[in-house]
Amino acid sequence: MRKPASAIIVHGILALYTCLALFPIILVIMNSFKAKRAIFNTPLQPPMPWNFDAIGYAKVFGDSAIATYYLNSITVTVGTIFLTLLLGAMAAWALTEYRFRWNTALAIFLSIGIMVPIRLGSVSIISLVSDLNLINTLTALILVYVAQNLPLAIFILSEFIQQIPKDLREAGRCDGLSEYHIFFYIILPLLRPAMATVAVFTMIPVWNDLWFPLLLAPTGGKQTITLGVQQFLGQYITDWNAVLAALSTAIVPVLVLYVIFSRQLIRGLTSGAVK
Amino acid sequence: MAEVSISKLHKSYGTVDVLKDINLTVEDGSFVVLVGPSGCGKSTLLRSVAGLEPISSGSIAIGGRNVSDLAPAQREIAMVFQSYALYPHMNVENNMAFGLKFAGTPKDEIAQRVGEAARILQLEPLLKRKPKELSGGQRQRVAIGRAIVRKPKVFLFDEPLSNLDAALRINTRVEIAKLHKLLKATIIYVTHDQVEAMTLADKIVVMNQGRIEQAGRPLDLYYRPANLFVAGFIGSPAMNTVRATVSEDGKGLAAAGAKLALPHRIAAGPVKLGFRPEHCRIGKGGIPATVELIERLGETGYVHCRTADGTALLVEVKGDPALEQGSAVSVLPATDHMHLFDSAGNRIAAP
Repeated sequence: MRKPASAIIVHGILALYTCLALFPIILVIMNSFKAKRAIFNTPLQPPMPWNFDAIGYAKVFGDSAIATYYLNSITVTVGTIFLTLLLGAMAAWALTEYRFRWNTALAIFLSIGIMVPIRLGSVSIISLVSDLNLINTLTALILVYVAQNLPLAIFILSEFIQQIPKDLREAGRCDGLSEYHIFFYIILPLLRPAMATVAVFTMIPVWNDLWFPLLLAPTGGKQTITLGVQQFLGQYITDWNAVLAALSTAIVPVLVLYVIFSRQLIRGLTSGAVK
Repeated sequence: MAEVSISKLHKSYGTVDVLKDINLTVEDGSFVVLVGPSGCGKSTLLRSVAGLEPISSGSIAIGGRNVSDLAPAQREIAMVFQSYALYPHMNVENNMAFGLKFAGTPKDEIAQRVGEAARILQLEPLLKRKPKELSGGQRQRVAIGRAIVRKPKVFLFDEPLSNLDAALRINTRVEIAKLHKLLKATIIYVTHDQVEAMTLADKIVVMNQGRIEQAGRPLDLYYRPANLFVAGFIGSPAMNTVRATVSEDGKGLAAAGAKLALPHRIAAGPVKLGFRPEHCRIGKGGIPATVELIERLGETGYVHCRTADGTALLVEVKGDPALEQGSAVSVLPATDHMHLFDSAGNRIAAP
């Protein structure tokens, strides 16, 4: 048991950090429920009966394009998570379980991907996507995001796969399972906590990204929500009510996904496997 | 059930030979135990039979069918791992049924086989539990159950008892022996515990450094060890060995300052004399030694002695010997239970 004094200090620091991290979010949510004048005059005041105004939400929900943007963001995020996890887990399994030529070289090549920022390649990505006729499609975004997230996913999942006892795979082989069955019925279920971790890592940057939506899918109803919000930001006039309302609602889907994954994070699934 | 025959099996990792010229026949329905010190290759041999390790040369046949190049699943074997290797995300019932589902066994037959295995192993109340909710002994039984339901030709056990505590180990050992009688199964069992080997085996295979030192019935190995390694490995406590010289006429033996009579004539020259602690006594005219330590266990006791040339001897005695540390004694091996080995360590057979 830790001493109470040090526990208080640790919790104090954590509480401070939590306040710091939550402050802008709370500010956005608070102000999204206020009239425009109140946003500028008393930005730190919580919404009260005299300054309450839901016009921002009315605009956001009234605008049919915004719903499409939400759907685009969700499609891109879920699609990216699904492909990153599936391909990442399969690649990690192959790299850790099977000894083949170029195994190490391939692992090193993939880990370089963790270090090199994908945005350095933006120009060639644009020309590639344009050559493939994928400009203004969600497919382009998903492909780029999968490429961006795959190296780290493989790295993390490899570490976890190595912790799965070898005997389990061999028991599977003795039980007459094919290598695919072993992967899908034994390895994948045991990887769930690790995959939840990777999903959370993957999801948030993808959901928040503005760069690639701006470059690859800026028009044609394929904008993501982060890009879609920009329509309320003008050069001369900014509809702050709508921007804040859109940002506040944009938190919800990612929060739901997080809750789904975080339940898996806590479970120690391998306990009871051996010994 | 089926016979397993292994012939001229070699296995090497790079330049290191881990199995050298293994020839072994496991008769249909017999219980064969592979024993040996760590790193002797016994587990590798078992895993080669299972198909989990590729072999370098030689052949393995199960039930007359050469399985050397087949995948584990096609060999009709079932393996029980030291770590049990239960699927942690499935309950006991699914753990046992898992392999059958993929083999395309009809549902009602799976249920019937799992039910039968659960009945034999007294797992019925535990069928819906996950492995993490089971004790070590229960997990062990589930692992055995998973092997039984597949109705394999051969059961392979890789040190199945080493993770259990002492009391449970004895119980489970008895269970496995009963199971063997019940299923009339061909079993290959790896252990480093020679008590397990002696009690369970129809045939013990003693391995050392990738070779089979001796294979035979437990008591044959005990009474007629083929070489010094087997002599030292089988039997607990280990056999005493002393350097000795056979006299010119081949009838007597000079060992560490004592003259002993031989049970039969052998060629003159230097030999190693082996005798077990339970086959010698403190008496007159034996090998002179000094008592170093006396262990009193109640019914029996062990007297640790050392000869003048520094060889340690262990003598089993009844009750409470009237000896104390430092007293001079003479250790007299029983003539019927003397083992003689040549300079290469091989047994010198009676003519």
